[in-house]
Amino acid sequence: MINYILVALFAPLLSFIIAGIFKGKNLIIGIICSGLIVISAISSLFLLEIVRSEGAFEVLIKDFIYTGFINVDFSVLVDSVSVVMMVVVGIVASVVHIYSIGYMEKDDGFNRFFSYLGLFVFSMMILVMSDNFVGLFIGWEGVGLCSWLLIGFWYDKANNSWCANEAFIMNRVADLGMLLGIFLIFKYTGSVKYDVVFKMVPNLPSFVVVWMGIFLLIGAMGKSAQFPFHTWLADAMAGPTPVSALIHAATMVTAGVYLVIRANAIFGLATGVSEFIVILGTFVAVFAASMALVCDDLKKIIAYSTLSQLGYMFVAAGLGAYWVGLFHLTTHAFFKSLLFLCAGNIMHAMNDDLNIKKMGGLYKFMKPTAILMGIGSVALVGFYPFAGFFSKDKILEAAFGSEFYIIWAVLLVGAMMTAFYSFRLIMLVFFGKAKFNHLPKEARKFMIYALTPLAILAVIAGWFESEFHAFVSKSLPDFSSGLEKDSVTNLIVITLIVITLSSLLAIFGYKKGIFKEGGKIYNLLKNEYYLPQIYERIFIIPYYKIAQICAKADKQVIDRSVDIIAVILRNLGNKADRISNGELNSMVKWLVFGFIILLLVAILGVL
Amino acid sequence: MSVGVNHYLFVAIVMFVLGLVGVMKRKNLLMLFFSSEIMLNAANLALVAISVHHKDLNAQAFALFVIVIAASELAVGLALLIRFYKKTGSIEIENLSKDAL
Repeated sequence: MINYILVALFAPLLSFIIAGIFKGKNLIIGIICSGLIVISAISSLFLLEIVRSEGAFEVLIKDFIYTGFINVDFSVLVDSVSVVMMVVVGIVASVVHIYSIGYMEKDDGFNRFFSYLGLFVFSMMILVMSDNFVGLFIGWEGVGLCSWLLIGFWYDKANNSWCANEAFIMNRVADLGMLLGIFLIFKYTGSVKYDVVFKMVPNLPSFVVVWMGIFLLIGAMGKSAQFPFHTWLADAMAGPTPVSALIHAATMVTAGVYLVIRANAIFGLATGVSEFIVILGTFVAVFAASMALVCDDLKKIIAYSTLSQLGYMFVAAGLGAYWVGLFHLTTHAFFKSLLFLCAGNIMHAMNDDLNIKKMGGLYKFMKPTAILMGIGSVALVGFYPFAGFFSKDKILEAAFGSEFYIIWAVLLVGAMMTAFYSFRLIMLVFFGKAKFNHLPKEARKFMIYALTPLAILAVIAGWFESEFHAFVSKSLPDFSSGLEKDSVTNLIVITLIVITLSSLLAIFGYKKGIFKEGGKIYNLLKNEYYLPQIYERIFIIPYYKIAQICAKADKQVIDRSVDIIAVILRNLGNKADRISNGELNSMVKWLVFGFIILLLVAILGVL
Repeated sequence: MSVGVNHYLFVAIVMFVLGLVGVMKRKNLLMLFFSSEIMLNAANLALVAISVHHKDLNAQAFALFVIVIAASELAVGLALLIRFYKKTGSIEIENLSKDAL
């Protein structure tokens, strides 16, 4: 058992090291690294089976921080929550690795890419497997670092570096909140270990728990790109597409949701915070979906969709339906990474042009990708019996059952938008007239084959809902909407009707070309609600000015005061240099002068 | 008024200061030697006076050493002085500074 854990955890690290040793481009490295990640995923699957039959277990790997008042172990907790995350990360990372062999084939930084990917998976494993907040935070920062490395993978393009920095800095701002939360937890419970902390939380004064919830939530909002920290996610699409699939669909951005699920003892007690999470999640679900409606950038549409789906997960977690949130996280990971990787195929076929307005008619040229992408989109929209249907409807049901009717209605609108932008994407990319002049080429065969597991999972993952429920309920509080069977059926029917109508609207609308662009709302959405500009005004420009003032103060006050000391000393030195001018008489004079001073000092000392 | 050890020491101090001022003021190399000789002998005078006062011969032995060393130093100094004179044609100390040589 310990061996499975070690393999699951350290195989990605080994992959990072192996790929990191060799320079340049070496296809064998890609194969070795993919193999290691697959081994890690298989170990995770074995662990899943073990947890299922024997229950959760904890393993101490090594002492980590042992000082007078703080003891932190390097130990892992494998319970149903973390093992689900491990399996999801393992499967998606394996597919992404294999796919990347083909995708990055022509890139000079081939080995570097695999090295970063390995480190990323390792950090993610640390994040989910750790049994304490410090380990979680280490993994948290590790994935942050790797996302910076990977988003800015083509660092010679200024825009890419900018996007990488934006993602990194936004996350650092939020991480301050997270860090404060951990400090607060340590201050009041004297430990950072999950089970100790969660056992003590109910005895703490309620305002402390609320503050813990707020601070942890800020961290989670940063990683999961929730409003107002959302701008980095869409910009982060500058990285290579497999990176987007791995980081921005399946693993890192869901870490925020994972944190909320993991710390359910805290959030469950901080009811105000939980309600805020519901409202925030609902807002983001619609807010991001609305931006996706008009976006022309293939990958950004999927990124906004991710944001929107993360909103759904937060809603579920805020409602106390933690297992539903985790379920949606799992299904979403499969179909969203599938969508991203298909987008990668399209991108290659279009010579890296991402504007969907310039595509069209690609179905003829790349049937397999079109089918896979169709499966992903249908799963995302949530048609029966695809994966998204089960998890998303469960969230809607939870909202309705908790008597948050407005939230439910807004989420329904979000689902409608999801259907619309998904089919808009499909229609504009694969159907209609071709708006390009070259001959697009389908991706390599093995890349398509690598995607099939994701496609299969995108279809069938939802079918295991009751098994999933029973499994994760071992370590999560149970939740049921308490609705009658009839009303659940009604809800499902309503949702299905809404998304079908919306999909049909998109399909026929774009077939006939009845949608016109322009107008106030279009511009508002197109410009992302002018939020980047507002951020520029409120944060960036004033901050730049403050920085300029500080720079001036630094030069005028600090530098100058240091310079003055140096100048004085140098002048004194120059003056003193004249004493030893090589003339015997004057030198003797100074000698006597010095002697007299020493004599005087001695006499004064005696007196 | 009898002559005590303090009188000797006072004379020694006066001689020493005279020698010191000579070293500081004189430009002539020969005069510098004389001045330093005066300082050494001021020290000798003080040593002998104190030796007599304490009825201890150690200090007088020291004075003898000082005389010997002064003589040998003078011999070396004079040799240098002669070389210097032959080279530059003067024994003024200004000519001894680095850039003059």
